[in-house]
Amino acid sequence: MKKVFGRIYIVIIMLFLYLPILTLIVLSFNETKSMSVWGGFSLHWYEELFHSRLMMGAIVNTFSIAILAALIATIVGTLAVLGMAAMKPRTQNILLGFNNIPMLNADIVTGIALMLFFLMVGAPRGYMTILFSHATFCIPYVILSVRPRVNKNTEKLYEAALDLGASEKYAFRKIVLPELRPGILSGFLLSFTMSVDDFIITYFTRGAGINTISTLIYSEVKIGIRPSLFALSTIIFVVALLVLLAVNIRQDSNERKAPQTCS
Amino acid sequence: MGTNLVAKKQYSIPFIVWIIAGTIIPLASIAYYGFTSRDGGFTLNNVLAMFRHDHLQALGLSLLLAFISTLICLLIAFPMAMILRESKYGKQGFLIFVIILPMWMNFLLRTMAWQVLLERQGVINAVIAAIGLPRQEMMNTPGAIVLGMVYDFLPFMILPIYNTVSKIDNHLIEAAYDLGARKSMVYTRVILPLSVPGIVSGITMVFIPALTTFVISNMLGGGKINLIGNIIEQEFTVNSNWYLGSGLSLVMMVFIIISMLALQKFDKTGGANLI
Repeated sequence: MKKVFGRIYIVIIMLFLYLPILTLIVLSFNETKSMSVWGGFSLHWYEELFHSRLMMGAIVNTFSIAILAALIATIVGTLAVLGMAAMKPRTQNILLGFNNIPMLNADIVTGIALMLFFLMVGAPRGYMTILFSHATFCIPYVILSVRPRVNKNTEKLYEAALDLGASEKYAFRKIVLPELRPGILSGFLLSFTMSVDDFIITYFTRGAGINTISTLIYSEVKIGIRPSLFALSTIIFVVALLVLLAVNIRQDSNERKAPQTCS
Repeated sequence: MGTNLVAKKQYSIPFIVWIIAGTIIPLASIAYYGFTSRDGGFTLNNVLAMFRHDHLQALGLSLLLAFISTLICLLIAFPMAMILRESKYGKQGFLIFVIILPMWMNFLLRTMAWQVLLERQGVINAVIAAIGLPRQEMMNTPGAIVLGMVYDFLPFMILPIYNTVSKIDNHLIEAAYDLGARKSMVYTRVILPLSVPGIVSGITMVFIPALTTFVISNMLGGGKINLIGNIIEQEFTVNSNWYLGSGLSLVMMVFIIISMLALQKFDKTGGANLI
C-alpha cells in the first residue's frame, strides 16, 4: 500500500517536472505557429533558429564568456586558496566571509551593485563588464571547491619534497597541484555552468547590443513567443541530457573500477 | 606551523582586489546612491519611499507569494526526499538524475513553458475547450506566478532535504520504533528534527530567489502584477532612477538579511549544507 502511494507520488512529480518540457519539445516540431493546434511535422523552426544571426551571436557570447570567466575564476580562486593557507585563521575567516557575499546575496542585488559600480567608474557596459561580473560570482565557488583540498597532509608532503632537494616549483607541480586538481576541475565546471545559466546579473551588466542566450530569450519572450524558442529549448534539453548521462556513466564505471576511492 | 606550503600570502592579492572591486565597492555604491538625492545631498527619501502605497503593496505581495511557494515546495519536497531515501540504490540514482535534469535547462525557457501551457490560446485551455468547458483565464494571476516559482525552484528544495534525510542513521529510527514510538511520533521527534539543516538550506534557496524575482512575475504576470523585484528593476532599466532603485534595494536587503538570520537560528550547522 505504502509502495503504491510512493509510486503514484513519484509519477505525479515527474509529470509536473516534465510535461511542460515535453510540450515545448512537441511544439518545436509543429508546422504552424499555434500553441494548441497540431499542423503537421516540420523542422521549419530549427531552420529559423540556425539562420538567426542574433541567436548564433548570443550562443558564441554565452560560451566564450563562460569559458573565460571560469578560467579567470579558477586561476584567481586557486591562487587565493594557496595564499590563504599562509595566513592566520582569523584573516582567513574574514576573507571567507567576504567570499560568501556574492553566493548568499540575491542575484538582483549583485546585478544592480555591479551596474552602479560600472556607471561610477565610467566603464562602458558590454562584453568586458559581463565577463568581470561573471568572474566575480564564480570565484567564490572555485574557492569553496579547492579549499578543502589543502590540508596538513599536502603541507607535510610538500615539505618532505623540499627536504629531499626538490625545487619549490618542482614540488608544487608534483605534489600540490595533483592534490588540488579534483577541486580545481570541479570549481571550473561549476563556474562554467553558473555562467551559462545566469540571466539576472548579465541583464544588469550588459550594454545595449550585446546578448547572451538568456538575455536574448528574455527580450524575445517579451515581444512574443516564437516557436524557434521551442526548438532552442529542445536542443538545450537534449544537450543537457547527453552531458548528464555521460557524466553519470563515467562516474558509475569509475566507481566500479575503484570502489574504495569514491569521493 | 604549516606556513611552509608555498608560503606566499601575496598569491591572494588578485582575489582581494577582486573582492574589493567586485563586491565591496559595488555594494557600497548601492548604499551611497540609496542615501543620496538627485542633487547630491543626503536624504532618507529613497529608503522611506518603500512606504509609498504601491511599493508597500508590491513588497507585501512578494513576501506573500514567496512564502506560499516556499511552503508548497517544502510540502512537496519532504515526502519526495523520504521516498528517495527509502528507494533502492539504482532507482535512487535514476530519480535524482531526473530531478536534476530540468535544472540544467535555462530557467527562462522553463518559465516560458508555463506561459505556453497557461495562455488563453495555450495548451491547457485547448484541452479544456476540447471537453466542452469554457476557457479559463489563468495567465497574469498571482496563482500563475506561484506555479512558476514552485516549478523553477522545487529541485532546490528537494536536493538539500534529500541530502540530510539520506544521512539519518536507520538505527535511530528502528530504536524509536522498538521503544514504542508510533509512526507519527517517529516523524515529528526523530526524522523531522534531524532534517532541519536540509530544510533550512532548502528554504533559503527557494525563499530568497522567490522574494527578489522580477523575471517570473514579468513572464507569468504579464507585467500587470508588480513584485518588489519588478519595481526595483524598472527603476534601474526604465526610469533610470538609480537613487530610488538603490534605496528600495537597501530595504529589500534588510528583509533578505532578516530571513537569513531567522533561518540560521534553526540551523546549528550554520549553512554548511548550502551547497
